[in-house]
Amino acid sequence: MKLRTLTLGLLSASALAFAAHAESITIATVNNADMVRMQTLTEDFTKANPDITLNWVTLEENVLRERVTTDIATKGGQYDVMTIGTYEVPIWAKQSWLLPLDKLGDDYDAKDILPAIAGGLSVDGKLYAAPFYGESSFVMYRKDLMDKAGLKMPDAPTWDFIKQAADKMTDRANGVNGVCLRGKAGWGENMAFLTAMSNSFGARWFDENWKPQFDQPEWKSTLQFYVDLMKADGPEGASSNGFNENLALFQQGKCGMWIDATVAASMVSDPKSSKVADKVGYALAPDNGLGKRGNWLWAWSLAIPAGTQKTDAAEKFVAWATSKHYSELVASKLGWASAPPGTRTSLYANAEYQKAAPFAKMTLDSINAADPTHPTVKPVPYVGVQFVAIPEFQGLGTTVGQLFSAALAGQSSVDDALKQAQDAATAAMTEGGYIK
Amino acid sequence: MARAVTTQHKTIATVAAWIVALLIFFPILYTIITSFKSEQEAIQGFSIIPSGTFESYSEVQAQSGYFKFFFNSVLLSVGSTILALLVAIPAAWSMAFSPTKRTKDILMWMLSTKMMPAVAVLFPIYLIFRDTGLLDSRIGLMIMLMLINLPIVVWMLYTYFREIPGEILEAARMDGASLWNEIVYVLTPMAVPGIASTMLLNIILAWNEAFWTIRLTTTEAAPLTAFISSFSSPQGLFWAKLSAASTLAIAPILIMGWFSQKQLVRGLTFGAVK
Repeated sequence: MKLRTLTLGLLSASALAFAAHAESITIATVNNADMVRMQTLTEDFTKANPDITLNWVTLEENVLRERVTTDIATKGGQYDVMTIGTYEVPIWAKQSWLLPLDKLGDDYDAKDILPAIAGGLSVDGKLYAAPFYGESSFVMYRKDLMDKAGLKMPDAPTWDFIKQAADKMTDRANGVNGVCLRGKAGWGENMAFLTAMSNSFGARWFDENWKPQFDQPEWKSTLQFYVDLMKADGPEGASSNGFNENLALFQQGKCGMWIDATVAASMVSDPKSSKVADKVGYALAPDNGLGKRGNWLWAWSLAIPAGTQKTDAAEKFVAWATSKHYSELVASKLGWASAPPGTRTSLYANAEYQKAAPFAKMTLDSINAADPTHPTVKPVPYVGVQFVAIPEFQGLGTTVGQLFSAALAGQSSVDDALKQAQDAATAAMTEGGYIK
Repeated sequence: MARAVTTQHKTIATVAAWIVALLIFFPILYTIITSFKSEQEAIQGFSIIPSGTFESYSEVQAQSGYFKFFFNSVLLSVGSTILALLVAIPAAWSMAFSPTKRTKDILMWMLSTKMMPAVAVLFPIYLIFRDTGLLDSRIGLMIMLMLINLPIVVWMLYTYFREIPGEILEAARMDGASLWNEIVYVLTPMAVPGIASTMLLNIILAWNEAFWTIRLTTTEAAPLTAFISSFSSPQGLFWAKLSAASTLAIAPILIMGWFSQKQLVRGLTFGAVK
């Protein structure tokens, strides 16, 4: 009896000692497939770090953005690791809201991160967020419909070719739309696509003195081309379509072409969810011969807020989740095609990955073709390919997105939409003190 | 002839009521149907015949752990309702039986707080919660839910109490009842239907509240609203899983509403016809 009591006492004391030592970190994230997969694989991390427990807070993207912004701005300290994008990183790093990630361990190999992605997540040469997965945008097209149309998709098509192919592929009687593009209003929805597209038309949001440029002919060409293309060859109700809606249309065989995030490649080529999985080809985002393509650059990344009390544990977790080891772990459990894309050079040099992911080379080329510091033909005072990395952009981008979405829906003309966009941008820039 | 017309009217009214009820309920019904589909089926367009798979339910449970969120929802909605009643019953009693010339203004002012968009006070509330250590705490959220629903609870109780003849309370006072005894033993038993329906409505409102319950919680106090939010994805089609999560979140309150519908309707129409 005494021995039993003693053993129980010792066990309890050990448990208490362990509990006192154990550190719990809270990670805020989005419900994307790669993020969900990470949550199922964390045993690998907790086994190696038994003194760290992980708490997940998964939220819808816009809610997550609002929650983490509130928390970080008020130093609420609710999160130890945050999932944020390339838009937030430069702004928050400049506000000293994020910790620099320079202590991720000797074997982390930060130089292996794709230069374009690392550039988007760094300020003054310091990395402030580690990319979990990165993406650009490109053309996904139906090879069978392209053959039927008697055309061959070049590796680097022009917008004129896209228009020609869309016209030929459109078959309303059979429910096939030549092209599916984003139309749903939002700075991260239609404006991500349209801003990237406008770069290839030589347009820009602001000139070097922050004067809005929606009154310039380049924007008129961009928006007119987009509206005309979608009216002739796009799906019905396109002004309500975002990534998910177009994904559903493409997977159901209702789009000849879809220009969107490279991360969609693994979804449209998955026979479990896509009816056209074996018929998909890939090409770089279109251009207009001006030296810039209409592709964007984005990375969902893990950052550590400056207010955390658990820096060491948070750094250990970020290092694990964005390491080469993690990619190998995913590959060993789910195959190389499921490895998080768009972050590390070594992944694209891996022959097994290239074999498992036929879209690998095109994804890499698309990412490398994006330059956040020189996004368009003319010089700009901002950073960002499909966004402008200033705090005012979330609100302004969504306002302009609503105006352009209305033009697509036929509720206003292209000229009216551009005029209103110019007025809205001028008011926002004046209020923000960028211009007088 | 008159009877035939009446029967015809009744039939038309019944059919119309069923159509309206089905139209209102259809989004919920379709969510339930979609929850029994595979992800591929869910995106294949409109269909009311699911394959009957439970795959989404098991994945939702494995991914998020439903019961922790459910427990928090029960605790927050019931707890905030009890707190609200504790404050609102004396307040409504005072306004109904000892009104002053400012009573109507106070009632209007209370109601006007509901007209303000919640996001306008997000930062001050967040800072108060941060400084008082109430972020992600059940008690903090219970107080918050109590406060945001308090105007409606006071208004409803005030309306019910006004229907009770003041003479009964006077008689109790004549018999030597103290203020406490008057409220607990005379007023409250007479207002039970009204209190019950107020309670039920407040539970429903607290259960469905999504703005504050998502923004003031992280892991410990997060209720089912946060659970649903976690299944919405900007990049990926998880409609079946989202539907399963929604069904799991609304099922308890739907069942409660179904069984208590008589009390709810009775309470909500209490004193409506005079």
